[in-house]
Amino acid sequence: MELLLDSLFNGVAIGSVLLVAALGLAIVFGLMGVINLAHGELMMLGAYTTYVTQLIFKLPILKPFYNSYIIVSIFLAFIVSGVVGILLEKTIIRKLYGSPLETLLATWGVSLILQQFVRSVPLAYGTGLVISLLIGLFLPTTFPSKIKESINFKYFKFSSWIFASLTGVLTGSVISSSVSKLSRASARNVDVTAPSWMRGQVEIIGTAFPKTRLMIIVITLISVIAITLFLNQSAWGMRIRAVTQNRQMSDCLGISTEKVDIITFGIGSGLAGVAGVAVSLLGSVGPNVGGNYIVGCFMVVVLGGVGNLLGTVLASFGIGIMTDLIGAGRLLSIWPDMPLPLSNTINFFATTSMARVMIFALIVIFLQFKPTGLFPQKGRMVEN
Amino acid sequence: MSLSKIKFDKKIVLSFWIILIALIIAAPTILPVFRLNLLGRYLSLSIVALGVDLIWGYTGLLSLGQGIFFALGGYCAAMYLQITSSSEFPNNIPEFFALYGVEKLPFFWEPFRSPVFTFLAIWIIPALVAGLIGFLVFRNRIKGVYFSILTQASLLVFFNFFNGQQKLINGTNGLKTDVTQLFGQMVGSESMQRIFFWITAILVIAAWFFAKWVVKGRFGNILIGIRDDEPRVRFTGYNPVIFKTIIFSIAGGLAGISGALYTVQSGIVSPQFMTVPFSIEMVIWVAVGGRGTLLGAILGAVFINYAKSLVSEALPASWMFIQGGLFILVVTALPEGVLGWIQGDGPRNLLQRFGLKRKIETYPSLEINNKEGNNE
Amino acid sequence: MRISRRILAGLATASLAVTATSCGGGGTSGSFDDTVTVGILHSLSGTMAISESTLVDTEKMAIEEINAAGGVTVGGKSYKIEYIVEDGASDWPTFAEKSKKLIDQDGVPVVFGGWTSASRKAMLPVYESKDAFLYYPIQYEAQECSNNIFYTGATPNQQSEPATDFMYKRSPAAGGDFFLVGSDYVFPRTSNTITKAQVKQLGGKVVGEDYLPLGNTEVAPIISKIKKALPEGGIIINTLNGDQNVAFFKQIQDAGITPSSGYYVMNYSIAEEEISTIGPEFLEGHYGAWNYMMSIDTPASKKFAASFKKRWGADRVVADPQESAYNMVYLWKQAVEDAGTFDDNAVREALVGQKFDAPQGPVEVMPNHHLSQTVRIGEINAEGGFTILEETGVVLPQAWNQKHPSSKGFACDWTDPSKGEKYKL
Repeated sequence: MELLLDSLFNGVAIGSVLLVAALGLAIVFGLMGVINLAHGELMMLGAYTTYVTQLIFKLPILKPFYNSYIIVSIFLAFIVSGVVGILLEKTIIRKLYGSPLETLLATWGVSLILQQFVRSVPLAYGTGLVISLLIGLFLPTTFPSKIKESINFKYFKFSSWIFASLTGVLTGSVISSSVSKLSRASARNVDVTAPSWMRGQVEIIGTAFPKTRLMIIVITLISVIAITLFLNQSAWGMRIRAVTQNRQMSDCLGISTEKVDIITFGIGSGLAGVAGVAVSLLGSVGPNVGGNYIVGCFMVVVLGGVGNLLGTVLASFGIGIMTDLIGAGRLLSIWPDMPLPLSNTINFFATTSMARVMIFALIVIFLQFKPTGLFPQKGRMVEN
Repeated sequence: MSLSKIKFDKKIVLSFWIILIALIIAAPTILPVFRLNLLGRYLSLSIVALGVDLIWGYTGLLSLGQGIFFALGGYCAAMYLQITSSSEFPNNIPEFFALYGVEKLPFFWEPFRSPVFTFLAIWIIPALVAGLIGFLVFRNRIKGVYFSILTQASLLVFFNFFNGQQKLINGTNGLKTDVTQLFGQMVGSESMQRIFFWITAILVIAAWFFAKWVVKGRFGNILIGIRDDEPRVRFTGYNPVIFKTIIFSIAGGLAGISGALYTVQSGIVSPQFMTVPFSIEMVIWVAVGGRGTLLGAILGAVFINYAKSLVSEALPASWMFIQGGLFILVVTALPEGVLGWIQGDGPRNLLQRFGLKRKIETYPSLEINNKEGNNE
Repeated sequence: MRISRRILAGLATASLAVTATSCGGGGTSGSFDDTVTVGILHSLSGTMAISESTLVDTEKMAIEEINAAGGVTVGGKSYKIEYIVEDGASDWPTFAEKSKKLIDQDGVPVVFGGWTSASRKAMLPVYESKDAFLYYPIQYEAQECSNNIFYTGATPNQQSEPATDFMYKRSPAAGGDFFLVGSDYVFPRTSNTITKAQVKQLGGKVVGEDYLPLGNTEVAPIISKIKKALPEGGIIINTLNGDQNVAFFKQIQDAGITPSSGYYVMNYSIAEEEISTIGPEFLEGHYGAWNYMMSIDTPASKKFAASFKKRWGADRVVADPQESAYNMVYLWKQAVEDAGTFDDNAVREALVGQKFDAPQGPVEVMPNHHLSQTVRIGEINAEGGFTILEETGVVLPQAWNQKHPSSKGFACDWTDPSKGEKYKL
C-alpha cells in the first residue's frame, strides 16, 4: 500500500511538472495550431525571474519578506514570460499565421537568441529590458481614446517607448549597482534556494513527501483551475474557445481574432513562466533549462489531443506515472516473481535513460490506435 | 513557390561544369589539409540537405529527425572500420569493449565484418528505419506540426538509446574512425582523406542528379501535389501514404550516405549527431539556400557551415545570435531562400526599390515566368 | 523590437571588443627575442562552457605569469608565449576538428585542452595520427596511456580509491552499504567498476547503481531507488556531472537523504566552483576528494588563489581542475627549457621527471605521462569550502587501474621502448 502510494505520488510529482510546463503550449497549439519551440526558453525566463527575485528580496529593504519571495516570483514570472511572449506574437508569429512549419523554425531561432541572451547580457539589464518592454507595450493602451484615435498617436507611442527605454536603463543600472551578482553576464548556471518553510518533508498518512514537490503540485493545480475558470467563465475565455473551434466563423461574428491571439499567446507564455518557477525549485537555472523539458511537453500535447485541457492533464499524469513505474523498476517490486525473460526486459529499461526510450515508443504505439490523441477535437472538417 | 529555373545558355552550363570539375580535382592542391577536410565534410552534409529538400521543399514534410538516419549511416561505416581494425585488441573485438568488460561481440556487429554488407547497410538501414517510422506516422494521417514533433521525439529516443548503451555501442564517446585501417591505409591519413574528398564530391553530384530525377515527372508532381493540397491528391485516387513513405525513406537513405561520408572525414561518430539542434540546423541550410531548388540545399549546407566555422573561430558567443537571427530572417523575410529569391522576383524588386529601371534584358526569363504566375 | 535589436547589436559589438582585447596574449611589456604561439582548446559555448571557461582563465593567467617573468628561454633566446583560444563548443567532433586546425593551420607546438572524457577520446586519434601533443588537465577514469597526451589530473587511484577507503573505514557511515550514482558516460561507469571491485575487496556491499543520461535532470526515480536500497542510511558515491548535481542534491535533501539521517555522499566531480553553484546549504556534511582544495593552508596555495582572484575578480574561486591546468602550463615551460627546443619529441623526453612546486605541493611527471600527486579528503562546510580531514603522502599514478578487471597487472612506461603503452607488470 505504502509502495503504491509512494509510486503514485512520484508519478503525480513528475507529471505535474510536465503538466504545468505543457499547459501553455497546449492552449497556444489548440488555438493557433502553432508549436512554439521557444516555449522552453520562456520557461527559462521564468526560472531566471525567480532567481532575480530571490536576490532582490535579499536586499535590506525587502529582507523581512524574504520568505514570501517565491510567491511573488510566480506572478512576476507570469508577467515577464507573458510580455516576451506577446512581443514574440506581435513581431514574428503574427506574420506567419497559417504556416505552422515556418512558425516552428522561426520560434527555434527565437529560442537560440534567448539562450544566448541570458548568457551574454547581465541579468540586471535583462530585467531592465523586460521592464521597458512592459511599459512600451502597455502604456499606449492606457491612453484615453481621444488620443488613441488622433493622427498623432504614433508620436505618443514613440514617446512612450522613449520613456520606457529610459525607465528600463534606469532600473537596470539600479539593480546592477545594488545586486553585484546580477551586474555581470555569466554563462554559469545559477541556483534558486527555496525559502526554509518549503524545504524538508511533510508526513501524510505515514509517508513522508518532499515539500517542494507538494508545492509544485499546488502551483500546477492552481494554474489548471485558474485557466479552466478563465476559459469557461470569462468573456475572453469564451471568445478564445470560439476561435479555437472555428476561426473564420468567430471572425465573422465580430470577435477580434487578433486580440484573441495576443491574449492566448500571452497567457500561454505566462504559464511557461510559472512552469519556470516550478522547475527552478528542482534543479539549477541555466540557459538550457527549458530544453530539458520541452520534448516531454510536446509528447503531452500530442498524447492529450488538441483543445481539451482534460486531455493535457491526463496525458501529463499518465506519462509521469509511467516514467516512475518503468524508470524506478517498480513493476519488479510489485510483482517480484515474474518470469525471467520479462524481468530481464524490465530491468533493461529500469534506468532513467531507457525509461524515456520506452515511453516514447509507447506513445507512438498509442498513436497507432488514436492518432489524434486522447481527446480529439470534434467537428467536421477535412484535415488542414 | 516558383519552380521555374533560369534557362541558361548551353555554353554557360558547359563552362560551369568544367570549372566545377576542375575545382574539385584541384582542391586538394589549392587548399590546406585542414580546410580541405572541412570542405569535404560540408559537402557530405549537403547530401543530407538534399534529402531534407526532397521531403520538405517538395513534399511539405518538415522532419526534425534527419539526424537519426545521418547517425545510423555514420555508425554503420564506423562499425565496419572498427571491427576490421580490431585484430590487435583482446578477443579480437574493438578496443572500447574492454572498458566495460565485454568479451563477446554483440550479435548485431557480426554482419559488419563484410564490406559488401556495410556498403549496402549505410544507405539501406537508414532508409528502412525511415520507411518504418514514416509509414507508422503517415498511415494515421498524422502530418504537419504533429509529424515534426514526432520525428523530434524519435530523434530523442535514438539519442537516448545510443547514448545510454555503452556496452553495445560505446555510448557518449561514440566510435572513432581516424586510427582505423581501410585497405591497409590509415583512415585519418592525408592520402585517404583526399580520396574521401573526391568520393564525396562525386557522390554529391550523383545525389543531386538523382534528386532531380526523383522530382521530375509524375512522381515529382504528386509530391508537390501532396505538399500543396493533400486531400485533393487523395480524392483524385492516389494514396499519399505510399508516396510519402517512399520519399521519406529516400531522404533517409541519402542522410545515411551523408552520415557515413561525414564520419570518415571527421574521424568520429557519436550520439552528438542525434542532438535536437543539429537536425533543425539541417532544415535551415535548406531554408536559406532555397527550398524546392535542390541546388539551394547544396549551397546552403556548404556556405552556412563554412560561415559557422569562420564565425565561431572569431567570436564563439555570437554564432548563436547569428544563427537565431538567420532562422527568423529567412522565414519572415526570405521564405524562398536565397536561390529562390534570385530565381524569383527578388533582384528586380530590389532594383526597383532603389529607383533603378527594370533591367528586363538582363533577366529575360524572369519576365515570362512572372506573367505566367507561380503554378506550373 | 527595433530598440531591442539595436541593443542586441550594441551588445554584440561590446562583446566583440571584449574578446578582441582579451585575445591579444600576455600583454605585459618587456623585451623578448621572439614569440611562440600555443593552442588553448576548451568549450566556450554550450553546456560545458561553464566549467571549461575557468580553465581558459587559469591557463591565460599562467601564461601571463610566465611572460611577466621573462617568458620561455630556449637556446639562449627568450620567447614570449602567445595563445590562440579555440572553442570546442561542448561537441566532441568539434574538439577533433579544432585540434586539426590548431596543429595543421596554426602549427602550434602544444595544445592545452579538453575536459570531458568524450572530448579527449575524440581528440586522441588526431594527436596520435599527427604525432602532436595534448596536455589534458582533468581527473579522469584512466585506462588510457597515450604517447601523445600528457595527463595532469588524478587517476582513480589518486582520487576514488583513497576516498572509497575513507568512506568504508573512517567516515561516520563506516561499514555501511554503497549506492553508486553517476551521469551516463564513460568516467562514472569506469570509476564505478573500480569502486565495485574495491568495495568487494574491503568486504562491503554495493546495493545499487544508477545512471542519469547527460542533460536529464529528472532524478525522482533514482531517489526512489536509493530509498529502497538504503532504507537506514549508507554511503552514496556520486559521479554526476555539472548541473545534474544541483537537481540531485536539492531533491535528496527534500527526500530526507541527509547526513543527519545517516546518508553520506562522497563526490568526485564537485569542487569549490560547483559548491558555490549548488549552494553549500545542500552539501554541508557531505564529502569530496581532490588533489587540490582551496583551503590548503600553504603559501603556494594561497598565492595561487590570490593571484587568480586578482586577475579575474574577488568572487572567483580556484579548484582542482584549475590547479591541474595551471601546473601543466608550467611543466610544459620547464620541459621546453630543458629540451632547448619546441620540438615535440624532445619536449616529451624532457618532460618525464620534471618536478614542480604546485599549489597542492610537489608534483612530478612519471614515465606514464601522469603526475604523482597528493590526495585529500575534505568535508564540505557551510562556507562553501572543504574542511580537510585526511591527506595522503604522494601517490603514484596508475594509468592502468589495478582494481579494474580489464587492466589488472598492466602498466605504462614511455621512457622504455620495450614497455610502452601497456605492458605486463
